[in-house]
Order: sequence, then structure tokens, then C-alpha cells
Amino acid sequence: MLEEMRLDENIVLMGEEVGYYQGAYKVTQGLLEEFGSDRVVDTPIAEAGFAGIGIGAAMVGLRPIIEFMTWNFSFVAFDQIVQNAAKLYQMSAGQLQVPIVFRGPNGAAKQVSSQHSHAVEAFYTHVPGLWVCAPATPRDAKGLLKAAIRDNNPVIFLEGETLYGIKGEVPEVEEDEIIPIGKAAVAREGTDATIVTWGSPYYTSLAAAERLAGAGIECEIIDMRSLRPLDMETVLQSVRKTNRCVVVHEHWPYAGPGAEIVDGIQRDAMDHLDAPILRVTGQDVPMPYATNLEENVLPTEARVEEAVKQVCYRQ
Amino acid sequence: MAAQKDTLLARYKDMFRIRRFEEEAARGYAKGKIGGFLHLYIGQESIAVGASATLKPDDYVFQTYRDHGTAIARGTSTRAAMAELYGKDPGISRGLGGSMHFFDPANGFYGGYGIIGGHVALAAGAAFKSKYKKEGTVSMCFFGEGATNIGGFHEGASLAGLWKLPMVLVCENNTYAMGTPFSRTSPVEDITKKAAGYGMASDRFDGHDVQEVEARIGAAVELARSGGGPTLIEILTYRFRGHSMSDPGKYRTSQEVEERKKRDPLKVTKTQLESLGCSEDEILALENQVEEEIADAVQFAEEAPPARHDVMERSVYAPSNYVYPPVGQP
Repeated sequence: MLEEMRLDENIVLMGEEVGYYQGAYKVTQGLLEEFGSDRVVDTPIAEAGFAGIGIGAAMVGLRPIIEFMTWNFSFVAFDQIVQNAAKLYQMSAGQLQVPIVFRGPNGAAKQVSSQHSHAVEAFYTHVPGLWVCAPATPRDAKGLLKAAIRDNNPVIFLEGETLYGIKGEVPEVEEDEIIPIGKAAVAREGTDATIVTWGSPYYTSLAAAERLAGAGIECEIIDMRSLRPLDMETVLQSVRKTNRCVVVHEHWPYAGPGAEIVDGIQRDAMDHLDAPILRVTGQDVPMPYATNLEENVLPTEARVEEAVKQVCYRQ
Repeated sequence: MAAQKDTLLARYKDMFRIRRFEEEAARGYAKGKIGGFLHLYIGQESIAVGASATLKPDDYVFQTYRDHGTAIARGTSTRAAMAELYGKDPGISRGLGGSMHFFDPANGFYGGYGIIGGHVALAAGAAFKSKYKKEGTVSMCFFGEGATNIGGFHEGASLAGLWKLPMVLVCENNTYAMGTPFSRTSPVEDITKKAAGYGMASDRFDGHDVQEVEARIGAAVELARSGGGPTLIEILTYRFRGHSMSDPGKYRTSQEVEERKKRDPLKVTKTQLESLGCSEDEILALENQVEEEIADAVQFAEEAPPARHDVMERSVYAPSNYVYPPVGQP
């Protein structure tokens, strides 16, 4: 954000505690000092209001970044995102563009329970007119965010809440690396089964893959990085090689990008499949508070391992 | 006196244009040429026309789904407006929006919104940009009294007040939210009382006189333009037609409607024109011009090519070829 804001005065940042407090998760640390309170704007607790102001400002030429303190709070701004941001370009027959990024932490943290633990991607990927990104690594987060800010469409940018502590190499300013929206990455090569994932469960999947390697099963991991558009080509290439697939995600199992990916595979790689595709998902319940329950509601390493063994008929 | 007469004649023509446009739209709807919802503005024309007279071309205007009058007052051509109602390619939103979603930013009209309230925040966003860029422009948002109960209105108004945005919030209180009088939905009947909570100025008046509308809204526009922050205006008005074309209007008596029609803004303006020495012929000549324009608009819409699939498909996502402006330039 800092790098992009230095390049373009039209970029303004708005949200709760983004300025003087330096960000609830410190993502916006230092921005107020550099850019001032006209560009780094603290808002009241009024998501529908400031999401709408961002959209209105985008319609007339600014390029706002709207931070939701967490994506759980975006539901009160759902009307603005779905009815206005996503549709204005088409409703106006291309007369109005809405270059805006909505970003914030997504998914469960630790024991924040029912109302603060949503993985929201199923809601937003449903909507034509929105792009949806869900990076897992620091490098992808940086490059994808740059792409999102430079895009002329509304982008839903989902930052895994548990991933803020992950450290990793990121390219220097001069490299100006842009990770294109809608391009998946092969995060680990393998021959026996494909794991398709994104966001926080990417790390669960990596750990499971290491354990499975010990058992002689080499998994290929596809990190989707973007969920709308879906890079099905990369997924299909991998599945045509491994002939087996497990989709791992945090959102609830009913519908959503996880189901969409499975639909794409069965349609375009049916003849390559040696086993039914399985999904490891967040369980179909509102998030409980107690640690022992929460741990098991989220997709666990053990469940990923078990699913991969199952598609490999190694149980 | 002569200048006042000419100005008022121009206002009358603008109001008459909207009235005749909508009467023909209703006819087109009855014939099945226009589908979906059709919400008519008939009876409220003095507000769109009076308000538009206070604005500059690059000011921003937002309206609810009852948007034909405001768009036309801003300068949308009646051809493009009628073609939109007919769902045709040369429509102002190329047949993708319909009656409720006119968009004409080239004429400073930023949309008709079917989901009321949220558009108040959008209008505040345009005002935010105006202030951030020191444009000197004003954002004007229209909404009905029914919209003042929803959260979107409250949050938009509240932020506009907090940030002293150059905005004018115009509540067109047309007495009924669909079929429900305001007294049954709001604990406070004087909407401008809410302005105190948003830290903004307010004004409240009857809307049948286009000259008064222009003067009173003009004051709010000047306040906003000069950095004085937003104003919440409530204009008492009345729609002569149903909420939409499918509304049988059983919630009010025909006597009430007839009584209100005595204060039809067109009639009121006509009387004013006569007292300024305007002849019947002068008015008739003007009306005839409008009749021709509207007949042409209808014919244009009838004959226009249909909306296009490729336009629909290509306008879901904007092309992403944005290049940053040089640093330090707007």
C-alpha cells in the first residue's frame, strides 16, 4: 500500500483505526505519518457508510482502499459491495468504473468464536463484477495487492487472519512485482495427488504433504491465490498428471469456490480421474469457542492426510 | 421582469418535458413496450427542475429509482431516456439499466438506485472526492421520505456531516412510501429534525413552486460550495400517480389526489407566468416544441435497435489498463 500510495495521489485509505491507532492488526502502520489524515482516513463504526463513500469516490475518479477491521464486519456493507460496487460498471453500460479494493483479515483466528470467524469467500465469489483474491504467502500478498490496487474493478482482498505473523521474502520496491489476479501457483510439485487450496489452509496442506511424503505419497499443491477468476487451467494440468484431487478450504462446505473447482474438474478432466474428488472444509457449523472444538472444525492436517490417502486408495 | 419571465418559461418547459415524457412512458408501459417497474415522478417536477437550475454541469447528482425526471432535468436526452425504457441499445444505459438505473455522468447524473439509502453514501463519496481534490463541486442526493428510515441514509448523512462534505441531501417527501404514510413509519414527522444529529444545516418547505425550490436549494448549494458543509432539505411534495405502474392506490382517496392536483407545479407555474404577462400562445408554442420532442423520442425508441448481448457480456468487468499519473499531478 505504501509503495502504491507513493505513486498515485488518487489512492486513499479508509477504515476503522487505520490512522492514529496504526491499524487494528498494524497493517497500516506508518501510513498516517507519511500521507496525512486526508489520505489515511479514520472512520466511525459504519461499514455501510464508509464502504459506500469509497465506492462513490471511486465512481468519480479516486482509487480507494477500504479496510474492514475484519471481513466479518463486511456483512453490514454487503448491500454496498454487491448492489453498487459490483454492478455499477454494467448497470451504467461502462460509463462508470469502480476501482476500489476492499481488504482485511479473513477466516478464523484463535477462539474468536461464532461471529468473528467467517471465511467469507463463498459469499463474494458468487458475484459477477467482483474479483476475489486470497493470497497465502507474503510475496503473493504484496504482488496481488499491487495488482488489486491497479485494477479498474472492485477487488475483494482476503488476508488470512492467522497469516499476519508469517514471514517470507518479498521483492524490493524497484522490482515492482505484480502477481496477476486470476493466476494460481504450483506451490509444491508432486505426482500422486493434487491438493488445491488457498489462504490459511495452504499451510495446513503443506504440512500434510510433508507428512504424506514420508508415507511415499508425493502431493502437488496448487495455491489458487485468486478465487475469481479461477485459474482452472493450472488445476486441470495438475489433475491430468496426478489423476487424483483433494480440495482444501476453510469456508463452509455448502457451495462456494471449493465446490466450483470440483465442478470444473469433473467437467473437464473426468477421464483423467482415478478417484472421486474429495473436499476437506471447515465443518458445516457456526464456529465454536472452545479450543478443542474449534481445532477440529477447521480443516486439520490429519483430515487432509486422510483425504489424500483415501483418493490414493491407501487406507 | 423580462428576465424573470424568460427564466420561468425555461423552467416551465423543462417541467413540461418531464411530464410529457412520463405520460408517454406510462402509455408505452400500458402497451407492453416497457417492462419491469416504472415509477413516475409526475407531480414532483418542480423539484428536479428547480434543483438542477442551481447546479453546474460538473456537479454530481444521485437519485433513487424514481429517476427519469432528475436525469432529464440534468440534461439527459429524452431520446436516450425513452430508448432505455424500451430496453434498446441507444438507451442511456444501453438497455442494461432500465427505468430504475439511468446513468449519464456526461451530464452529471450518477445514477438511479433501486436499493434506496445506500446511494446517500455514494453521493457522500463523490462529495469526499470533491473535497479531497478541492474541486469546488457539489454532490446532490435525492431520496424519498421512506429512505430516511434505512441505515444507508443514516450512515451516509452522518459521515457527510462529520467530514463537512460539500453535499446537499434533498428529501422529496411525497407523502407515501409506496402505500404507507410517513406517520406510520417514523416517530418524528419533521425529517429535518434529524439534521441536528448529523451536525448539518437544514431547511423544510413546500415544493410546488419551482422558483422557491430553486432559491432555497440554491442557498444550500452555495453553502456546500463555499465549504460550509452539507444541508438536509425536506421538500413536501406529492406524486399524482401510483408508487409504480402496478399500484392501485387504495391507500388514499381520489378527493385527496384531486385536492393536491390544485397545487400541481405546472399549474402553479403557468399561473405565475400569466401574472408576469405571458400569453397563452407563448406557452402553447413552447408546449408544442416539447410535444414534438417527445413524439420524436417515442419514435426513436420504437425504431431503435435492441440491446446487445456483447455489450452486456463485456461490461461486467472494466478493462484494466490503468497507468498511474505522474507523481504530484492530479
